Amino acid sequence: MSRIAKAFEDKKAFIAFVTGGDPDIETTEQLILAMSQSGADLIEIGIPFSDPIAEGIVIQEASKRALENGCTTDKLFEMVSRVRQRTSVPLLFMTYLNPIIGYGKEKFLSLCVDSGIDGIIVPDLPFEEKDELADICKLNQIDLITMIAPTSAERIAIITQEATGFIYCVSSLGVTGVRSEISTDIGNMIQQVRKVGNLPCAIGFGISTPAQAGSMALLADGVIIGSAIVKIVAQYGKNSVEPVSEYVRSIKKGITDAMI
Amino acid sequence: MKKGRFGIYGGQYIPETLMKAIQELEQAYEFYKDNVDFQKELDTLLRNYAGRPSLLYFAEKMTNDLGGAQIYLKREDLNHTGSHKINNVLGQVLLAKRMGKTRVIAETGAGQHGVATATAAALMDMECEIFMGEEDTKRQALNVFRMQLLGAKVHPVTSGTMTLKDAVNETMREWTTRMDDTLYVLGSVMGPHPFPIIVRDFQKVIGKEIKEQMLEAKGKLPDAIIACVGGGSNSIGSFYQFIDNPEVKLIGCEAAGLGLDTPQNAATIATGKIGVFHGMKSYFCQDQYGQIAPVYSISAGLDYPGIGPEHAQLFERGRAQYYPITDAEALDAFAYLSRIEGIIPAIESAHAIGYAKKLAPTMDSKQIIVVTLSGRGDKDVAAIARYMGVEIYE
Repeated sequence: MSRIAKAFEDKKAFIAFVTGGDPDIETTEQLILAMSQSGADLIEIGIPFSDPIAEGIVIQEASKRALENGCTTDKLFEMVSRVRQRTSVPLLFMTYLNPIIGYGKEKFLSLCVDSGIDGIIVPDLPFEEKDELADICKLNQIDLITMIAPTSAERIAIITQEATGFIYCVSSLGVTGVRSEISTDIGNMIQQVRKVGNLPCAIGFGISTPAQAGSMALLADGVIIGSAIVKIVAQYGKNSVEPVSEYVRSIKKGITDAMI
Repeated sequence: MKKGRFGIYGGQYIPETLMKAIQELEQAYEFYKDNVDFQKELDTLLRNYAGRPSLLYFAEKMTNDLGGAQIYLKREDLNHTGSHKINNVLGQVLLAKRMGKTRVIAETGAGQHGVATATAAALMDMECEIFMGEEDTKRQALNVFRMQLLGAKVHPVTSGTMTLKDAVNETMREWTTRMDDTLYVLGSVMGPHPFPIIVRDFQKVIGKEIKEQMLEAKGKLPDAIIACVGGGSNSIGSFYQFIDNPEVKLIGCEAAGLGLDTPQNAATIATGKIGVFHGMKSYFCQDQYGQIAPVYSISAGLDYPGIGPEHAQLFERGRAQYYPITDAEALDAFAYLSRIEGIIPAIESAHAIGYAKKLAPTMDSKQIIVVTLSGRGDKDVAAIARYMGVEIYE
């Protein structure tokens, strides 16, 4: 069983996102370890891209800071290799297609394997263009995560059929970022996905409070939080390890409490 | 070939959330492109509102001065709103209306597409919001006010390099938030399928008229057609009817900014490599990690790090050639055309004039060059005055 499958096996999974290299690579490294010790079951590392069209302002600015501070894909691979020796938490890269193509698909995927990455999430790669990465991911046994949106409706059956790892259910229209309220009928969306496959479903976009995380965990198999964590990193910079750990513990508690 | 592809170029590289809106647009366009009623309404608008057909003008003084090929100017600058952009927006806003949308959003670089979209929206009673890089709102302040006069809301974009590519990012983000009542009216032959086809179809009237007007005036086709290329809509519009006439050379002029030996350029074909950005596979200016380059050109309309996918294919097939023209060459052509023909071209179009100045003397007097004058230069006058050290109030 893969590390990703295992993370969902006996619990509701908490997936925590952090932008790689914000404010610097060393802090990201510490954050990954601290988050996994504080209750994150999977960790998504954003490879910063100059033009992240699916991101709201929080992750846009984090990406900008990371790039300005000299973060590169090479440095992130080196960092992941070091982290992998100290933790078995599943690690995913989240990035756009051009950084992968620009780096070289073959080289990128083989370094994913070597460094210990378990899956990748590419928000500008819809089902229609999946051929761009599907085969090479399969060959390297890296899960290519499929995204479902509130607008997917009748597309769900088709786009989930060859999905691997887990299904990333986008909670709302628009870009990433904290929302006070999520109005989409998530329950119905998850039902549609479960009707056509057995992969675990995790919900992301807009979730920030322990209560929101708890109520989402009741509906799905996992909860993804990004902008809320990146916001803390923006505020505390190099000193964000402690406040992020505390936040991760509070979310984890929100999820476990909801399940009682 | 896969749907929406030009060889390997094109495609639909967008977030899942947008797929529904894109497919809805695809279906609607598939229906309306051959719908007699729709085409008739568009044709009437192009004639009675935009002022088509635009003139094909023999630039006799320029021809004599350069002493080579005969030069004709396709006067898209004479269209309503002052550029070729109106051709596309009348089509797209009409399409939006037929699709039942009540709101249009658009990106703009120089402001020409924003002004054109705001114009069509005013005419067709649509709500209109324009996204424009903050840098460009300063370079083209007059166009910002023009859009506001036309009833559009202008959002200055402060992310990234605050220019055209960031305006596209922000418009895409906005569309992801609100699709039900809103259509993204894209300004160039770029973005995810079906935009490159829709925009090309609405712009191909330029080349269709060039062909008819040339045959009527000279009884033969031109030897070369020259147009400037940012995303590439006026150039594809000029080229498209001639793709299957291999005797007609198709020449695109890219913005070389301060020169190809500096990072301050936007010459995608000359300095870019294949990648995926803004929903399409094509050539993009980028670094070794696939980060999109912060490009530069004196011309806000050519200040874009990519090129439309159909151009990428024309380049790869060797059917069209693309040449870099620097700021200095464009400025020289801007002043030259103003003085010699009494026509002030847009600084974008001046890039095409700049190349014509080099090419014409190498050809003989029986040969013909058509240069597409994509827009008029009124919008650039203040910026160019500042560039030349003259302080004037806009």
